Amino acid sequence: MKNIEKRKLKNSVFKYSTVAIAILALLPLFFIIFYVFRKGLPVINWEFLTSVPKSIGESGGGILNAMVGTLMLVIIASAIAVPIGIFAGVLISEHPDNIISKMLNLSVEILQGIPSIVIGLIGYIWIVRQMGHFSALSGGITLSIMMLPMIIKHTKETLELIPDTLKESAYALGIPYYNTLLKVILPSGLSGIFTGILLGLARIAGETAPLLFTAFGNSYLNVDILKPVAALPLLIYNYATSPYQEWHKISWGASCILVIFVLTLNIISRLVIKKWKIKY
Amino acid sequence: MGKKSLRNKKNNKSGGESYSSSDFPFLWSFKNKLFNSGLFLAGITVILIVAGIFVSLIIASLPSIKEFGIDFLFSTKWNPVIEKFGALPFLVGTLLTSFLALAICIPFSLAISILLGEYFTEGWFASLVKTLTELLAGIPSVIYGFWGMFFLVPVVRYLENVIGVQPYGIGIFTSSLILAIMIIPYSASLGRDVIEMVPSEYKEAAYSLGATRFEVIKKIILPYSRSGIFAGIILALGRAVGETMAVTMLIGNSNKMPDSIFSPGNTMASVIANEFNESTFELYTSSLIEIGAVLFIVTIVINLVGKYIIKKFEVET
Repeated sequence: MKNIEKRKLKNSVFKYSTVAIAILALLPLFFIIFYVFRKGLPVINWEFLTSVPKSIGESGGGILNAMVGTLMLVIIASAIAVPIGIFAGVLISEHPDNIISKMLNLSVEILQGIPSIVIGLIGYIWIVRQMGHFSALSGGITLSIMMLPMIIKHTKETLELIPDTLKESAYALGIPYYNTLLKVILPSGLSGIFTGILLGLARIAGETAPLLFTAFGNSYLNVDILKPVAALPLLIYNYATSPYQEWHKISWGASCILVIFVLTLNIISRLVIKKWKIKY
Repeated sequence: MGKKSLRNKKNNKSGGESYSSSDFPFLWSFKNKLFNSGLFLAGITVILIVAGIFVSLIIASLPSIKEFGIDFLFSTKWNPVIEKFGALPFLVGTLLTSFLALAICIPFSLAISILLGEYFTEGWFASLVKTLTELLAGIPSVIYGFWGMFFLVPVVRYLENVIGVQPYGIGIFTSSLILAIMIIPYSASLGRDVIEMVPSEYKEAAYSLGATRFEVIKKIILPYSRSGIFAGIILALGRAVGETMAVTMLIGNSNKMPDSIFSPGNTMASVIANEFNESTFELYTSSLIEIGAVLFIVTIVINLVGKYIIKKFEVET
């Protein structure tokens, strides 16, 4: 009898310690969010959102340049990555046995694992070196490379869930192949593709390393895609590693906005998955 | 009008795909072909990007490869002033931070995996833990670094004072802590997936023999899913090796060989982030790119091995 009690005790001790350790592992999330909001929220006001940084010593100033820069970079990156990504994803699901698809699968696996700093180097070698200067365009293209695997994977996985009967019904109505895909298959897989795009956006909006040698940063407002632009993560990095208290404050405010933006994208994408789940 | 119908007829005869009695079979088959070429064009573009990344990294690091050869990886001297570049301190820094981070991360990620894969597979608590884990993975690296500078550094400095080492605060140990927090979600979610895949027949058989849940986990679930959990850890290692910003902000950026886990150092990724914009001459730039190429190859090998093990596990199950 004693043996059984010992085993039962072990059982419950293990269960509760597992729960405790798991909760302990998630504590940093609360710490980070709490810290960022406590330090960042007081900084944010109308001026902070609508003006550019001031020089050291002057108080005030904002992060408009970084927000506009991030917006530009994200738009450029999506404009490139979304069409290529969706088409590549369709290719894998439509021609799974083709040699190109197999190589593409491998490429996506590789692309997903490449460290962001290496992608930054590539952006520098491919674009900045050829153009001779840093620019928003080079930053956007670099980020689009990071966004691709997310979109391709989600497109592929969603389209694989759609049953062949749907496609056959469209054929039976005399709808040609390209229209079947564009007007029947892709719309029914929209939720998954949309999730992929949102997650891709959330990922690249917070990336700093690929922008260090491409978008470079800019302390003035710039909307010319051929000139360097600021970006939220770049600004956070530059100001956080500076020795000035004033700049740290701006950096906390920017962190707060970035965290809200990224986590909102993440949460929306979860909701999209839940609400529009493909059911067949 | 007449011309168009003539063209349609011609195309039908030459064997293009036609859709029987419709009006524009020619247009359709042309658009089909166009659509398909679009698909292949997109696919080939992505393949070329990946191949191009590899080739470009090698070409751009040729000056440094020619100058230093294999010594580049074994020399400890990194000194731009005398134009000598050796990457060993960064290789060691990367190894130390990643494996230390892995050691810290394993118990936590295993706990989350078991929690979600066995104890709470559904219900509000499970979805709460799952969502929080995913949010943890979604926080940008630079925010982890910033938070680490103001929260972890004082904590580590205090710790270093207590155990009596030089209290830098920043350094390899601090970077490992932040890396561990960052990679927990990856190995945890993979671990959960494989634990969930353990066939219930095995578990039920053990229960019917009178095993407690702990014994089932220890004797059935963990041995069965061992290779999958291992693969999750390997993929987390790949993340840790390539992680840049948080480490750059916390490691102290010293190009000397680290002499303990508390000393400042540099990883392959952090030295590139720190020095690339300051690299003024070609040999310097190309040495940094060569570090990038090494990093690229190491992470790809780690990733492909991890994914191979997972595929094998899925096939077996």
